[in-house]
Amino acid sequence: MTLVQKHGEAAGHAATAIALLGIIPLALDAFWINLVGKYLAFAFVAIGIVLSWGYCGILSLGQGIFFGIGGYAMAMFLKLEASAPELPDFMVWSSVEQLPLWWEPFKSLGFTLFTILALPIAVAFPFSYAIFRKRVSGVYFAIVTISLALTVNVLLVGSQGETGGANGITDFRTLLGWDILGDGSKRTLYFVEALLLLAVMALAAALVHTRFGKLLIAVRDREDRVRFSGYDTAMIKAFVFSVAAVLSSIGGSLYTLQVGLITPGLIGAVASVEMVIFAAVGGRLSIVGAVLGALLIGFMKSYLSEQFPEFWLFFLGGLFIFVVVVMPNGLAGTLQRLVRFKA
Amino acid sequence: MSFDIAVTQLFNGVSLFTILLLMALGLAIVFGLMGVINMAHGELMALGAYTTYLTAKFFEEHMPSLMNVYLFFAIALAFGVTFVFGYVLERGFIRWFYNRPLDTLLATWGLSLVLQQTYRSVFGAQEVSVPLATWLSGAWTVSEGIQLPLNRIFIIGLTALVAAGVYLILHKTRLGLRARAVTQNRAMSSAVGIDTNRVDALTFALGSGLAGIAGSVFTMIGSTNPGTGQLYIVDSFIVVVFGGVASLIGTVFSGFAIAQAQTTLEYLMSGSMAKVSILLLVIVVLYFRPNGLFAPKMRS
Repeated sequence: MTLVQKHGEAAGHAATAIALLGIIPLALDAFWINLVGKYLAFAFVAIGIVLSWGYCGILSLGQGIFFGIGGYAMAMFLKLEASAPELPDFMVWSSVEQLPLWWEPFKSLGFTLFTILALPIAVAFPFSYAIFRKRVSGVYFAIVTISLALTVNVLLVGSQGETGGANGITDFRTLLGWDILGDGSKRTLYFVEALLLLAVMALAAALVHTRFGKLLIAVRDREDRVRFSGYDTAMIKAFVFSVAAVLSSIGGSLYTLQVGLITPGLIGAVASVEMVIFAAVGGRLSIVGAVLGALLIGFMKSYLSEQFPEFWLFFLGGLFIFVVVVMPNGLAGTLQRLVRFKA
Repeated sequence: MSFDIAVTQLFNGVSLFTILLLMALGLAIVFGLMGVINMAHGELMALGAYTTYLTAKFFEEHMPSLMNVYLFFAIALAFGVTFVFGYVLERGFIRWFYNRPLDTLLATWGLSLVLQQTYRSVFGAQEVSVPLATWLSGAWTVSEGIQLPLNRIFIIGLTALVAAGVYLILHKTRLGLRARAVTQNRAMSSAVGIDTNRVDALTFALGSGLAGIAGSVFTMIGSTNPGTGQLYIVDSFIVVVFGGVASLIGTVFSGFAIAQAQTTLEYLMSGSMAKVSILLLVIVVLYFRPNGLFAPKMRS
């Protein structure tokens, strides 16, 4: 065993930290930093997918729902602040006279943050525990989640007056009076996001290395044996699915802050499946890989859909096929193989 | 609710049912029977629709006198094209992913994106539509308050025909017998001399061909764009899963149940709310019957 191999993972985390906190802020201007921040929001989702899909074998095609919970909660708070004391503009356009009751609590930042962290668990845990108890898994779980993503999308688009419909929620610029659109504040936001991401990466890596992490892999590989050994596998799966949901939600709220808008398009079936490819490209078993994948695909998307709009879907579609056929363990897996091969 | 409205509602329900059934039949074979999860199934429908569009164009230019019957050629051609495409797809792509359902899902999703962009590059991003034959436009006026569109009646008849055809193929032909044998016990079928690879390819091609027919028929009620397939795919999966995979009868019943519930709910609330309610209802039912309404009682 070489040194690189032994400490490969720690090195990966360290390299990510240096890149995110050192190289990127020094080398790039505010516009690019903001762009990186936007893709990093998806890195949170990708880490969640690595944990639930890579380690525990639960493929959810509905991560967009949780991304939306975080994104919309944050956007609702910002929108209320931006339009106070009047009603948000889109409500006025749809002739909604009074603030809907469920909007009221989002006047408080504390409640909003609480929602971002707690609501995904409140939704994901009971739902997935019930489903896993019934031993619905694999492809069926994927189909159920993708149809839920579709449902939430339809619901958001359909209720124009209360959610902003297809346009989503946008047009806000202050967080507790602090301008979030200026170059300086974008930089601050970026650092907050990067630090949060590094913390999440460390926590996720720690989780994977505990006994519980070994259990996750066991559930993925032979769920029945784990069940026969006396574990409540449904509980294990529901737990990791809830973790993935919270990470998605955090990602969504940061996305809203970075980009300044949230739309139903980010929640639907197509967006939700796209989130899986971040983890797949980076390596479904690698936390560093997930971050790398999110950044890489994000940039490719921006670049290709601007320069060669025709080519983007060919590329994305081809990538799905390529990753499954040639690189089932993604970039990180390929890298690991190379290192081992040379050693 | 007056009698007229009740009849119209019922007809709308039956009409939606046949549309759902037509969509889901192909998938019931590919996913239900073979267990292959093909996310590009919707794009196969779009392929059928575009084939119909091209056929209509051809007839318009070269044989305008036959424009009234072009649809029959178009349906046959759509079936043929998607059948061959499905055969090639199974041999060259799908078969490498057997026994890896989640990978199949992602790879075929990738394929669906590639196909969508291909349609967009070839046919353009805007919607295309075909002229409706004169004998299919208009409505059958049953009474003062009841008018039933002819094209919907045609679709109902055609779906009945196709469903009967699928039943006969699966239960009265050698191919059907082999297909069912292979799905029940692959190793044993192979041992008694069935060429399972060939059966797989033909069964998949049949399912794809049915998608082609569905796509072709849908040109009668709506226009086609590169993203058309994506509208159908989730609905089709829901119908098949709700009915219970490996059960053709289940697919029929679940299509009927979903269609009637949807038209009734649409009458009572907005379209999107109706759709949401149906999806939640399906998930609740699946919770109590995880294998669908008509799960076969056998050991796997």
